[in-house]
Amino acid sequence: MFYREAGHFHDKYRDEMAIFQIREDRIGIRLLLIAAFVAVPLLHAAGVPPFAGDYLFSAVLTPLLILATAAIGLNLLVGYCGQISLGAGAFMGVGAYAAYNVSVHLPGLPLLATFLLAGAASAVVGLVFGIPSLRIKGLYLAVATLAAQFFLDWAFLRVGWITNYSASGSVTAPPLVIAGWHVDSPVERYLLVLAVAAIVALGAANLVRGNLGRQWMAIRDMDIAAEIIGIRPMQSKLTAFAISSFILGLAGALWAFVNLRAWEPYAFSIDRSFQLLFIVIIGGLGSIIGCFLGAAFIWLLPLAVEGIPRWLSIPIAADAAANLTLGVFGALILITLIFEPHGLARIWAIMKHKLRRWPFPY
Amino acid sequence: MMLGFDPAKVGFFFEVLASGLLSGILYALVALGFVLIFKASGVFNFAQGAMVLVAGLALVRALGWLETQVPFWLALMLAIAFSGALMTGIAWAVERFALRKLVNQTALTLFMATIGITFVLEGLGQQIFGAQVYKLDIGLPRDSLFVLESVFDGGILLNQLDLWSAVLAALLVVALAVFFQKTQVGRALRAVADDHAAAQSVGIPLTRVWFIVWMVAGFVAIAAAAVWGSKVGVQFSLVYVALKALPVIIVGGLTSIPGAIVGGLLIGAGEKLAEVYLGPSVGGGIEHWFAYVVALLVLLVRPQGLFGDRIIERI
Repeated sequence: MFYREAGHFHDKYRDEMAIFQIREDRIGIRLLLIAAFVAVPLLHAAGVPPFAGDYLFSAVLTPLLILATAAIGLNLLVGYCGQISLGAGAFMGVGAYAAYNVSVHLPGLPLLATFLLAGAASAVVGLVFGIPSLRIKGLYLAVATLAAQFFLDWAFLRVGWITNYSASGSVTAPPLVIAGWHVDSPVERYLLVLAVAAIVALGAANLVRGNLGRQWMAIRDMDIAAEIIGIRPMQSKLTAFAISSFILGLAGALWAFVNLRAWEPYAFSIDRSFQLLFIVIIGGLGSIIGCFLGAAFIWLLPLAVEGIPRWLSIPIAADAAANLTLGVFGALILITLIFEPHGLARIWAIMKHKLRRWPFPY
Repeated sequence: MMLGFDPAKVGFFFEVLASGLLSGILYALVALGFVLIFKASGVFNFAQGAMVLVAGLALVRALGWLETQVPFWLALMLAIAFSGALMTGIAWAVERFALRKLVNQTALTLFMATIGITFVLEGLGQQIFGAQVYKLDIGLPRDSLFVLESVFDGGILLNQLDLWSAVLAALLVVALAVFFQKTQVGRALRAVADDHAAAQSVGIPLTRVWFIVWMVAGFVAIAAAAVWGSKVGVQFSLVYVALKALPVIIVGGLTSIPGAIVGGLLIGAGEKLAEVYLGPSVGGGIEHWFAYVVALLVLLVRPQGLFGDRIIERI
């Protein structure tokens, strides 16, 4: 009733090629972006309860948006190209340490250039570890990417120049300045991260609709058949690894510079890789919006598991909450795989589908 | 010292080799659980590590409580029986609530489902049995042993505990071999491993075979937990030890039980030798990734591993 396709006539190819073909979608996404970019900071300035203070921005929104960005990177590889990777955390780490090294050795470079170089470094490393994918696939590839994870974990810890010979292994990010704008307060950091997330999401959405994205999906669906119709597996798999790692490296640099400020190699351990994989699975393999939904879910769930009992004034120990979170995570993954293999993104699509006809049953 | 034969150095080499081989047996024990499940159901069971953790926690906690009630040997028997029952329960639950619902899904989905199972087991296991480090003593002797003192200066230092675990592993492998070759259930398992559809068409119930194979993998996990637990204590890091089993089966071949043993020995010996002889020149700690890099190289040269079945794809 309120949301329907009827009456939307496309008389130009441009209209048919739009990311959001339905006017309600276009209005909705614009409202969402305006709310995120303008309304949220204004509400913060006005001191409206959940937006007042720094907690929401520094502990919830900023990490959530960075994880969503990283998940987009991983989803391009796992969801669109079908190459499973358990090394996403390590590629984030490559981005973080590359950004750190660039900032140490080329202090004058603009921050955005630093971030892009970090992404590029991660893309190169991703390419190298993507080479095994030409010979092996599926579960075997998971082991190969685990090799990347463990090797890079070790390198962050033991290879001196990566951390600029820091004695403790932990490093600190330089102050964030973009064209004279000092990104200091949590709200400003949130805005920076939001801008990057929006650009990456838009770029990825366009990428997967184009030639390259279609190649990836063909490889994912049946690699031999794709090869027969003229897709070069080597080219498309390696571009998937490179672009995915680029985005992961960018997200890693953000995670280190904007979210953590000072970090140790543990920040990019195998746990991070699993967290990203779950975001992608629960959010929906092969879906950009799923990355945001999944990241919100995965990031908010532990807060909820810890917060709800306190809210209901049921005492719960910290380690019990951690175990509970772990168990709930596992159960959710199973439930998602069994009942909705396409994840939250699919549930979102079904809701939209129902809304099209609401309130009529059929 | 001149280059050449130096008895003390050669002795040290064999010492490192022996300790590597013995820890390789432990990797092989965990890898066996993987191979069993992969052979019978095509599921790449990431949860094997969590199963070792839960089996170990159940064993050590039950033993700790029972020791105060009954004599040690009876307490040990009862504790093993308790963890056996628990692993049976887990096998039933996994089959009933996860695998049965995911039948006909891709291998990737099943793999991710086992990651989900891993987290449930880790969370519940630690919630029920506690998350500290527990000392496990199942009565294996722990004294060090010097052998071949006449050949090498100072002899070769061996740990009796490691030798006993080698004996235990050998017994387990023999038992599994007999079970697979001689019993009716074992034959059913092999039939399912060969061809799901054909096995089903001659009346072998797939769901029951899955249950049995997860149960057997659970028993293997108890053995692995008992031995690993006596060595390093029962604690969360057992899960990471089990991650070593992944390269082991890649090297040995996913579908081969002898492959798991040989792969375990190769990886165990290789990583200890690498750590001792290559480690110092690159900063140490290469044990953590050496196994994976070896697995990566094996994958590039011979993707089916040393003993695995070759995968041929047709369209």
